[in-house]
Amino acid sequence: MLSERRPILLANARVVDPSRDLDLVADVLIADGLVRDIKRGIGAAGVPEGTEVVDCAGKVVAPGLVDMRAFIGEPGAEYRETFASASQAAAAGGVTTIVCQPDTHPPIDDPATVDFVMRRARDTAIVKVVPMAALTKGLKGEEMTEFGLLKAAGAVAFTDGARSVTNAKVMRRALTYARDFDALIVHHTEDPNLSSDGVMNEGEYAARLGLLGIPKTAETIMLERDVRLVGLAGSRYHAASLTCADSLEVLKRAKDAGLRITASASINHITLNELDVGSYRTFCKVTPPLRPESDRVALVEALCSGLVDVIMSDHDPQDVETKRLPFAEATPGAIGVETMLVAGLRLVHSGDVPLPTLIRAMSTRPAELLGLPGGTLKPGAPADVIVVDLDTPWVLDREDLKSKCKNSPFDEARLQGRVVRTMVSGRTVFEFV
Amino acid sequence: MNVAPKPAFVLRQRHLLGIEGLSREEIVGLLDLAGEFVDLNRRVEKKTTSLRGRTQINLFFEASTRTQASFELAGKRLGADVMNMSVASSSIRKGETLMDTAITLNAMHPDILVVRHNASGAVKLLADKVDCSVVNAGDGAHEHPTQALLDALTIRRNKGRIEGLTVAICGDITHSRVARSNFLLLNAMDARVRVIAPSTLLPPGIERFGVEVYRDMREGLKDADIVMMLRLQRERMNGSFIPSSTEYFAYYGLDEKKLAYAKPDALVMHPGPMNRGVEINSTVADGARSLIREQVEMGVAVRMAILEALSRNLPNA
Repeated sequence: MLSERRPILLANARVVDPSRDLDLVADVLIADGLVRDIKRGIGAAGVPEGTEVVDCAGKVVAPGLVDMRAFIGEPGAEYRETFASASQAAAAGGVTTIVCQPDTHPPIDDPATVDFVMRRARDTAIVKVVPMAALTKGLKGEEMTEFGLLKAAGAVAFTDGARSVTNAKVMRRALTYARDFDALIVHHTEDPNLSSDGVMNEGEYAARLGLLGIPKTAETIMLERDVRLVGLAGSRYHAASLTCADSLEVLKRAKDAGLRITASASINHITLNELDVGSYRTFCKVTPPLRPESDRVALVEALCSGLVDVIMSDHDPQDVETKRLPFAEATPGAIGVETMLVAGLRLVHSGDVPLPTLIRAMSTRPAELLGLPGGTLKPGAPADVIVVDLDTPWVLDREDLKSKCKNSPFDEARLQGRVVRTMVSGRTVFEFV
Repeated sequence: MNVAPKPAFVLRQRHLLGIEGLSREEIVGLLDLAGEFVDLNRRVEKKTTSLRGRTQINLFFEASTRTQASFELAGKRLGADVMNMSVASSSIRKGETLMDTAITLNAMHPDILVVRHNASGAVKLLADKVDCSVVNAGDGAHEHPTQALLDALTIRRNKGRIEGLTVAICGDITHSRVARSNFLLLNAMDARVRVIAPSTLLPPGIERFGVEVYRDMREGLKDADIVMMLRLQRERMNGSFIPSSTEYFAYYGLDEKKLAYAKPDALVMHPGPMNRGVEINSTVADGARSLIREQVEMGVAVRMAILEALSRNLPNA
């Protein structure tokens, strides 16, 4: 559905641009792949000849989402997801930039692989794809990767994906070295020894189901350690996926102390809780595990206060063979790139989160942290733009999702609102009809 | 004992996946029915015909001697054709085996599937894919409903009631499906349930299970009517959850001295198989206050009652 790049006027929209604290009704003119102008009453008269005028009355125009954590199967697991399929899902979900994770086969841990990923994505994906590179060679947690060369090749941050670096000395060296390149270190904070055999949040509910639990302490211990190490190194650090109130306390202390620490929470953890596991629903088995409702509420509050910077999808496609299993044996992971905005809208409709706050956490903040040009509707910025209908109710059928895998925890969920148009660099790549 | 007339009792479900979901009336109904089968099983002619023409498949993904034998005898005494399938869960990839086996067996039109699996929730997963009735013969650390029912029948026959009794369950609660099913059943029947275990063998959140928690046998066994010991798996003995089997026996193993903390007429139970000298010594296990052999006898009767009750709900019954 790649349309030619003729100018387009999104008229009479509610324009939400968190980068400039804008939330007003206006017209948005897009031409040459850039946002040209935003103001009230540009109208059909004030646009270049040949401009397509789209009436967006009652709809929201916002910067396209930047999904800071999505696993794509390339290279090595193309049966789970390709850049092509992931980008189709992303476009349908309003995501204009996917930040793919390096825990692939082989891992994205050398400049040639970064180059492969970027070329492959450029040739096959309909949205922008940028990679994070591995933090340690082979994701083994032993030796740091070539931060300088990898960054020069296009890596936007460094992470071992869903793995934690357990060796504190390795982590300290990596953080110290990263500072010289102003590289962002993104870390999955979960002590694998403490989480070991666990498969869901530790507590009464896991005990009732006869499942071994993963304590929140596995997360907070690792985060506490990292905060101390960042204190020594002074580098930029981002906690990849925080899930509980205890972690938020640690994060707040670190931020108050002036450390350059930021954090993400996944869409799953701010909209679902451990009870959604129900009677062994493996689509709700994720890493870290879904937590109790009190932790979910704490995350939502932290999102509103800005303590949690980013909401990401934690997109992780798993096929039937790894999900249609007894809960303990199923592989964790949930797809989310296509549903993160609509799932987040639940919080907007319930009055818990203002829409601009949600857009900021899904678009503006991640773009800032990663140094990407998106996340804003400032004139002159690339026209990565979405049009969202906030109101239409619908029921999600996983078979309609565009990902190769259908492991959505929101299957059969009642949702309100959907993305009706997604534009990448001024090109409409998705339109809901 | 008052025995409910047969036609009056119907289970309100197609499967027996756990004690959870059974009402008190259903539990009592099953125990009453099982009581009738106890009498039948003591006769020379033990066979009835209520499951004649029915096919029962015992599908065990986890090694079991007594439970499988008990279900086999139960089915045969009711006249069913019984087939045993033991699938070594380590030999093939577990999940594929489970789902593929379920679909394959379903195509053979069994009436009742009896399933044991090492993963919690696996039996329910399988039950969702087949057309017949499914009995949970133990899934991971989740539930073992037939064990809890046979324990209840054993208690009721020896104490005349369950309500108001103090039952102390001792040992590895964390990994025990027997404990979970017993919590649910005994609470439904208004017994007072205690657990006694070292903290490493108690699941987080145990205090919200409607049980009183003790770490000391002397306190926990005080005034107990029933002492129910649990098996401690060998791989959990050496340094992982407890330092050694010697230390475990010293603090949590049931011997005459510790049994003396309980009521003078307290009775001893164990779901088997026992680790003699680890959680219980032979003098107590084989002593006059032990109900362990009677539990095995009740096991056959309870399983007959369950098969009978489920068969009443089968099509064309």
